[in-house]
Amino acid sequence: MIVYIAKRLAVALPVLLGISMLAFALIHLVPGDPVTAMLGIQYNEEQAIELRAQYGLDKPMVVQYLVWLRHVLTGDLGHSMLHDQSVARAILERLPVTLQLAVGSVLLALVVSVPLGIAAAMRQHRAPDILASTFGLLGISIPNFWLGTMLTLLFALVLGWLPSGGYISPTEDLVGNLRYMLLPTLALSGAVAAVILRMTRSSMLEVIRMDYIDMARAKGASPRRVVWVHALKNALIPVLTIVGIQIGYLLGGSVVIEQIFTLPGIGRLAVQSINARDYPMLQGVILFVAVSFVFINLIVDILYAWLNPRIRL
Amino acid sequence: MREFWYQLRRHKPAMLGLVVLSLMAVAAIGAPWLSPHDPYAMQVEHVLGSPTPQYLMGTDQKGRDIFSRVLHGARISFKVGSIAVTIALFAGTAIGLIAAYYGGIVDFLLSRVVDVLFAFPDILLALAIMAILGPSLTNVMIAIGIVYIPIFARVARGSALSVKHESFVEAAHSMGVSNFTIIRRHILPNISAPLIVQATLSFAFAILAEAALSFLGLGVEPDTPSWGILLSRGKDWMGEAWWIAFFPGIAITLAVLSCNLLGDGLRDLLDPKARKAS
Amino acid sequence: MNEQAPILIVRGLSVDFQTRQGRLRAVDNIDLDLHPGEMLAVVGESGCGKSTLSRAIMGLHEQTPEAQVSGSIRLRGDELAGKTERDWCALRGDRLGMVFQDPMSSLNPVYRIGAQVAEVPCLHGGVDRRDAWRQAVESLGGVGIPSPAERADQYPYEFSGGMRQRVVIAMATIGSPDVLIADEPTTALDVTIQAQIMKLMLDMRQQTNCGILLITHDLAVVAQTCDRVMVMYAGRIAEQGPVKEVFKHPTHPYTRGLLATIPGDDPPDRLPAIPGQPPELKSLGAGCPFAPRCDLAQPHCGERHPPLEGTPDHQVACWEREVRDVQ
Repeated sequence: MIVYIAKRLAVALPVLLGISMLAFALIHLVPGDPVTAMLGIQYNEEQAIELRAQYGLDKPMVVQYLVWLRHVLTGDLGHSMLHDQSVARAILERLPVTLQLAVGSVLLALVVSVPLGIAAAMRQHRAPDILASTFGLLGISIPNFWLGTMLTLLFALVLGWLPSGGYISPTEDLVGNLRYMLLPTLALSGAVAAVILRMTRSSMLEVIRMDYIDMARAKGASPRRVVWVHALKNALIPVLTIVGIQIGYLLGGSVVIEQIFTLPGIGRLAVQSINARDYPMLQGVILFVAVSFVFINLIVDILYAWLNPRIRL
Repeated sequence: MREFWYQLRRHKPAMLGLVVLSLMAVAAIGAPWLSPHDPYAMQVEHVLGSPTPQYLMGTDQKGRDIFSRVLHGARISFKVGSIAVTIALFAGTAIGLIAAYYGGIVDFLLSRVVDVLFAFPDILLALAIMAILGPSLTNVMIAIGIVYIPIFARVARGSALSVKHESFVEAAHSMGVSNFTIIRRHILPNISAPLIVQATLSFAFAILAEAALSFLGLGVEPDTPSWGILLSRGKDWMGEAWWIAFFPGIAITLAVLSCNLLGDGLRDLLDPKARKAS
Repeated sequence: MNEQAPILIVRGLSVDFQTRQGRLRAVDNIDLDLHPGEMLAVVGESGCGKSTLSRAIMGLHEQTPEAQVSGSIRLRGDELAGKTERDWCALRGDRLGMVFQDPMSSLNPVYRIGAQVAEVPCLHGGVDRRDAWRQAVESLGGVGIPSPAERADQYPYEFSGGMRQRVVIAMATIGSPDVLIADEPTTALDVTIQAQIMKLMLDMRQQTNCGILLITHDLAVVAQTCDRVMVMYAGRIAEQGPVKEVFKHPTHPYTRGLLATIPGDDPPDRLPAIPGQPPELKSLGAGCPFAPRCDLAQPHCGERHPPLEGTPDHQVACWEREVRDVQ
């Protein structure tokens, strides 16, 4: 198991390096020179040269990259060009919101979709299956930002049960926090739930035909035990892979959802920094999200190995 | 091919998807002639009008006809979808084929590049590219095209690897056929099925991505009647006029749903083995 | 030959499937007796209904509109037909054991071997996990798995095909069943391993005195190990009787054809084969299903199905039987 984790880490390392290069490149590809932007109308050549030297922007690209990488590795993601705040601090402040949104959506999707997918597979081509398949197709087809907008329309504007946007920290007011988070979580989890549902169904259909399912029945395991013990663990293996991929979707989707519901999360930070041309901030957010994605998938891989003894070697 | 058509005709969901998609494509191409009103014409007397027989989907805050704007939006969505998917399909297939065919260090490096691109969530990567390029219709197509290169590279690489060692490929090798010819004549036709399926599904993703980017104000120019723009404008008037945001969303859902139905059907027919893979 | 009362009595067992092309009867009106300690072979080509029959006796066909099982199955006098799934679950693994064809796929890949074997006493014996595990290790040793305590901790992928089939046999016999059904237990194995597995089956019969229903198409195995044989064709019994008797005096032309396919000690010039294909079950007429392939067939063979007749020991379903007896 430890060997396996080490192997996965070894594969992840070049990817992390590549991510860092791409994130570094971003700041040099965006239009406009940061120093010019910083000085604005007070621009003069001497000050510009001075600032370039101060930020190391006059050195060769490779040196700049290595210096930047060393900073990043020590947790220094640079400084916002707009606010008097370090990028790392800004991200950490907003992380809990995005985390709550993403984790909540995945959990909601899993809790709803796995049992529904199993029920659909057990009654293939009958009412529950048709219902689940319809839900699955609609779920992957309805854009999350539209779903969010329509949920707001129904629950906030027409019924008035829930707020249409805003945020309050759970440590301050847990119930209030849940009221603010419910609609965004629903909107974000719709598509994930649909994908997990479709995967659970097809994977379960595949597994249920296996000989070891007959064997389990021949041993006298009850129908419920056959499904939840013998079939489910096998069926979950591909589902887990899909969940890993969906994390990426969630991190991307949260950008839009946070914008609709005015949640102060990382996604909204990204949009704000693009609009404000705060590129160090954008760079930090993108780097952080991509690196998180790699690590989350590393965890998914480890869970995968735990489920599937064959690849634990 | 005839056999394939016969099977596709009998696959009801796929046919439904194909028919709806074709109708929408016709609407997109014919939008300038089919629109009952000028999508840009503001009519002060019709501001925020609810759906009527004259204005099927109502009018927006500037009195513009939503139905005409949704029709023109289809133009943009289908254009972005087809061009972005074409970019991704060609670039991704090339990368995947080269990686699979040459193997070794080439494969390792290309695969890691693909992994790196995969690590960025689609919308975020597209946003970053849009930050570099600046908002415009062309740039949206390029950005979405780049974002979906890795998935095509993976599909192409995986399928090419599985046919690489088939006897007909090895036979061609032993006869001294050039690498390019082997790829073109022997490998490409055999990996086209999963690529077609992926292209159909990616078309749906591209439509969604364009709408999302435009919704965030980082896609097409703000005066363009893209479905995403229509939706984001409508969102601000939700309390007064739900139809502004409602109908563009229905249009997106319908287009994406049709692609998914068609894509699922094609996967059933062309590539039964891959059904569980993605 | 076996004076004990039959442990399993099957009467009029039929299995019908509803398919898109119509209804078909995969198993048609089968009677069968199995005595304790007896090994009964069910032979026939693939598709003749022998696996469907074995699954019906195990209660593995769910009663749905698509699959209908009718007839009587009595185990030690207890009628199994019409039992609920819950009752079947209590029987399977405890009084009915089953060994499947392909050991590579009949073990669950994600659970340890020991846990899979221990599941049986856990479900039926009312013992705690530790005791069940101990029993599992014991039974793994009993089926000839070396160092069973360590092997119990491993996963199926760490076992060879023959070893896996031993595990399956351990699972099927750990509850000391009255009846063990083995559906082609050696077909998927190497020839050298096949003999070991058959010997193990015989050992298990010795130890538990269970009746074994051996589904097979390998007549050599039948000749070496079984007491009685039942030949099935198109869902029906074509001929049945003691192995020695049937092999010495095969009466049904189909049985003769099957026996002719066994390569003898002297290699024949060519392997004889029965001409033609087994019939499509959904297009069976009223007559003898073997008639189209039979070289003795007479016009009347196609009119009605022949009844199963003969001595109490040896019966056959063929219209031309008496004609040949006279000859």
